[in-house]
Amino acid sequence: MLKIQNLSVKLEEEDKQILKGVDLEVPAGKVHAIMGPNGSGKSTLSYVLAGRDGYELTDGSATLDGADILEMDPEDRAAAGLFLAFQYPVEIPGVGNMTFLRTALNSQRKARGEDEISAPDFLKLVRAKAKDLNIDADMLKRPVNVGFSGGEKKRNEILQMALLEPRMCILDETDSGLDVDAMRLVADGVNALRSEDRGFLVITHYQRLLDHIKPDVVHIMANGRIIETGGPDLALKVENEGYADILKSVA
Amino acid sequence: MSTEPKRLAAEAMLSALPVPMGEASWAHHARAKARARLLEAGAPVWRDEYWRYTDPSALTKPLALVEDSDGAGVPPVPDLGLDAGVARFVNGTLRDDLSSFGGEGVAAAPLAEILEQDITIAREVFAVLEEAGQEKVDRPLAALNTAVARAGLMLQVTGAASPLHLRYDRVGEGATFYRHVVRVEEGAEITLIESGSADNTVMEIDLGPGARLHHIRLQSEPSATSATHIFARLDANSHLRSFTLTADGALTRNECVMDLVGEGASGHVAGAVLVNGASHCDNTVFVTHSAAHCDSRQVFKNVIGGEACAVFQGKIFVREGAQKTDGYQISQSVLLNEGAEFLAKPELEIYADDVACSHGSTTGALDPTAMFYLRSRGVPRAEAEAMLIAAFAEEAIAEIEDEALAEGMRAEVARWMAKRA
Repeated sequence: MLKIQNLSVKLEEEDKQILKGVDLEVPAGKVHAIMGPNGSGKSTLSYVLAGRDGYELTDGSATLDGADILEMDPEDRAAAGLFLAFQYPVEIPGVGNMTFLRTALNSQRKARGEDEISAPDFLKLVRAKAKDLNIDADMLKRPVNVGFSGGEKKRNEILQMALLEPRMCILDETDSGLDVDAMRLVADGVNALRSEDRGFLVITHYQRLLDHIKPDVVHIMANGRIIETGGPDLALKVENEGYADILKSVA
Repeated sequence: MSTEPKRLAAEAMLSALPVPMGEASWAHHARAKARARLLEAGAPVWRDEYWRYTDPSALTKPLALVEDSDGAGVPPVPDLGLDAGVARFVNGTLRDDLSSFGGEGVAAAPLAEILEQDITIAREVFAVLEEAGQEKVDRPLAALNTAVARAGLMLQVTGAASPLHLRYDRVGEGATFYRHVVRVEEGAEITLIESGSADNTVMEIDLGPGARLHHIRLQSEPSATSATHIFARLDANSHLRSFTLTADGALTRNECVMDLVGEGASGHVAGAVLVNGASHCDNTVFVTHSAAHCDSRQVFKNVIGGEACAVFQGKIFVREGAQKTDGYQISQSVLLNEGAEFLAKPELEIYADDVACSHGSTTGALDPTAMFYLRSRGVPRAEAEAMLIAAFAEEAIAEIEDEALAEGMRAEVARWMAKRA
């Protein structure tokens, strides 16, 4: 489903290569995790896939269901089924969360040639999904992420994911800033979305999130490359021994 | 002091316009004094400090008045969300056949009729507030209005009056001048709406103790060239709330001059400016705190695209003795592209020692992080921009106390964005 080949990216404004040939394939129905030390390029990978400005492709490709996503505008990638749960969800004063969610959902439906969802149907849908994530009516009424706690912001990301039902979900350090209870809530939300035709790429520093969202495959990223790939045991090994040994064995 | 070319330009403007005839001697005298004021100040030029950011030449061309029109083909009065009486002016004439206003709590009469009579409240306000507003800065275009304008209303508000919509339409070419004189008596209240365009509009507002006036103005004629002035005097505990939405327009200069003369008075002036193409919009505000315990607020939000330019000149002037003054001023702009321009001149001049006055001004592009966030959720670029622009303008629209009118202004913002897309 998501196929990344030799993806090489530098900063647009600076002569600095961040990704140095990333190869990765996430098939439908699978959860892949990427772990790695700070500065390894994990977040850059998620931004490049989602279409953020500021990066320049120097080589390689990324396709979703065979379509070249790197050529697309961010909104077209979203309509094609790609979703990035942000490490730092953005606060947007003056834009109501409900308006935002409805506009996003209807934009995607329109782009796919589907009918827009009616206001009452939307309300029903949001309420049901919000309830599962313990999101109250007040959070839906407030401006997007403004004044939300760290946990509320992450739950709001998962709510968007649940509403938009993307094909491919990328979670960028969704566990950062969460206590154990909040993390469990978020993980339950993600697990509820796991299905045969949906893929996940879970980027995280720590193994603990992977106790709750059990990955099928674990990749270790360092210095702009995937340096090791293995099963769930690889995450445990990192947790116990750190990255040093893996980095050494590759060098 | 006027230079010879400025005086000649003022003379040329005056001589293109008819001298009002047949008025009462006090009015005749007030007109003559205004002519003298204009000639003394001269026509504004770009060199003038007060016009540094706005070239006034399009506002100072000698123009004859537009010919009368039967009003055929004028558009319907826009519904801005509030049921209101309508005073409809076509080509500088109040059209009784197209108007319907009055009712309890307000006495309304055409200004031209009032100036033929000897009416105390008219004498106390007409030309008086305009002249007082010239104390610190010359406002020659307002003096011109006093010298020649005949169309408009004298309103005496004595109770809770119904809202009134002042609508200006023009058929054909030529200048239109409007002058309104508004006196809101103690404890009385009215909402005034203005829409349409005119070359030169002046509104004098005299608020008695505890009086309230809400003023909402929509300026959305794409080719309009207009100079407007509000001169307001606020007695104790009175409230003035003025909001203007300027959507395009070739050249707009809105001056709001208010003097808080009674303790506890509260004057707020706000504006949302949406300009594109070669539009130029200048909001110039001068607030004088003459009494203690008053508050004033200036909130302006500018959305600027194309090669357009927005200007904000805002001053808070606190006289000696106006202690416990609370003065606030903010002007913020979003530049949608490289050619867009915003020029701001905030000023504080304070002669009292126990006051809280603040001002701020910011300029920047739409937040790129927020843009990316919205687009990453599937919202197309144009729609994401529209959402962020609406959110930005909302901070000025939130100054409108009446929710129905606020909603009407939001619809105008949406209309502007749809036109832009």
